[in-house]
Amino acid sequence: MKSLLAVLTVLAVIVGLWYAACVPMNIHGVLVAAERGGAVVEPADGAARRGMSGVSLALKNRFAVPETWAQERPRLPAPHQVAIELWDTTVMKKITSKRSLVYHGWVTLSATLLGFGIGTVLGVLLAVGIVHSRVMDMSVMPWAIVSQTIPIIALAPMIIVVLYSVGVQGIIPKAVISAYLSFFPVVVGMVKGLRSPDAMQLDLLRTYNASQGETFWKLRLPASMPYLFASLKIGIAASLVGAIVGELPTGAVSGLGARLLAGSYYGQTVQIWSALFGAAILAACLVGLLGVIERLVLKRMGMA
Amino acid sequence: MLVLVALLVWGAAWWLNTRLAEGPQAGTRPVRLAVPLIFGATILVVWELVVRGLEVPLVILPAPSLIAARFAGSLPILWADFVQTFVKGALSGYLIGCGAAFVMAVAVDRSEFLRLGLLPVGNFVAALPIVGTAPILVMWFGFDWQSKAAVVVVMVFFPMLVNTVAGLRETTAMQRDLMETYAASYWQSFFKLRLPAAMPFIFNGLKISTTLALIGAIVAEFFGSPTLGMGFRISTSVGQLALDMVWAEIVVAALAGTLFYGLVALIEHHVTFWHPSQRR
Repeated sequence: MKSLLAVLTVLAVIVGLWYAACVPMNIHGVLVAAERGGAVVEPADGAARRGMSGVSLALKNRFAVPETWAQERPRLPAPHQVAIELWDTTVMKKITSKRSLVYHGWVTLSATLLGFGIGTVLGVLLAVGIVHSRVMDMSVMPWAIVSQTIPIIALAPMIIVVLYSVGVQGIIPKAVISAYLSFFPVVVGMVKGLRSPDAMQLDLLRTYNASQGETFWKLRLPASMPYLFASLKIGIAASLVGAIVGELPTGAVSGLGARLLAGSYYGQTVQIWSALFGAAILAACLVGLLGVIERLVLKRMGMA
Repeated sequence: MLVLVALLVWGAAWWLNTRLAEGPQAGTRPVRLAVPLIFGATILVVWELVVRGLEVPLVILPAPSLIAARFAGSLPILWADFVQTFVKGALSGYLIGCGAAFVMAVAVDRSEFLRLGLLPVGNFVAALPIVGTAPILVMWFGFDWQSKAAVVVVMVFFPMLVNTVAGLRETTAMQRDLMETYAASYWQSFFKLRLPAAMPFIFNGLKISTTLALIGAIVAEFFGSPTLGMGFRISTSVGQLALDMVWAEIVVAALAGTLFYGLVALIEHHVTFWHPSQRR
């Protein structure tokens, strides 16, 4: 209860700061528009205004302050503008419409989920191999760890173009990017998890004369579940980023990344912010969903 | 023909690695270094042979030798891109972002209420696709490195904040009581007890942030940049189908990322030498 109150307070402070920041960010544009509309603006000279800070301008022209929260193309849209745009483009539009954020979100989400699925399966398989083969462990594992420190997302534009030139397009290139971004966290986490049973437990199974397969199914795999879920949460967030970045270089026409890019070309700031929040909500839902699954699975296994 | 050679090389290297990994010297340091190096070198050789053997066109996959030649031949360009993206964009943003997050964490730590409120929000934001703020920040701060640094600041801030706040809570009640009995002031117990205890967490945040910083700086350049920088070079070279240049740039990014991470890990090793994970 106390922490809920604290979270709400922090959120309220953030929203308050956001509204306050809109004033100095947008005041220049508002005053130009007001001057054109015939209002008396304090320093009448446009060049003089450009040199002044937003705060002092706002203090001299108090009448213009409410306008900074209602501009058509503000430098920083106010929270309610973003919320209205989000509402309009999700609930009010038909899902199949090109202007619906749900449609764009689904384009990105489908690539994310496909890639995440592929990356997770491959990652788990490689981890199983690494745990059971000393050669693979010593050869592959150092590279898997090093690969975590390099910005593999830099490969994204190239993958899109290469796959395009061999005739693959649509959802697959984005899914490939998502897959390799979620692959390495899953490998590293899963190896850690499969190794987490301690010597005592492994010895117990040896005294039962358990085969390697039985040890895997009855001890290693169940023991790895908490680690798997931790890395799945990292993996799905990375997958989503991958799918969004994968939409940038080709000038894709649909998807959240395409909305971001189109918004930045045409100065539609409200559209950028709503796409950004759409992506954030999507990421939060995916991570939250994994959290729910994690809790259910661990509860059924008696681990939580 | 060359493909057959590639298969043979693969088999031979795998056999060698198996011998090394399961041989009597498996645990020794040279072998532990040699096995991954042999594996990496084998991949490069097989890649080269397969690309040449199947005559894969340059626009799909250039051979490693071509990439190496391009890398050696365009060192000035690569260096200029590296300075623009890494030193100006990523590094300055990393220092500002991590520094700000650290100061914020110390401030937050003094108030139980703030910590309760900020930690869930910070954890939540750290999981969001923050690279998406790149177009907005490019619009605000212009095309040059300032906007890239701003993206990096936003990206590294929350992981660093969450880790530092968690680290500052790491001391046990017994340890804090001991400081109390010494009549230590807030700052004395901060510098002598809680900050050292938080170091493993702080370095965890710093290490996560190294990769995020490079990602942020490179991706932000996809939204607009001056005519140099690693992200700019990657996106334009992809457009010109000059994939050897793209790969050379990726090599630079990989080297920069690994060295940056390695440097932070090295500092961590010296600062937190007392921590169990650092002991041999």
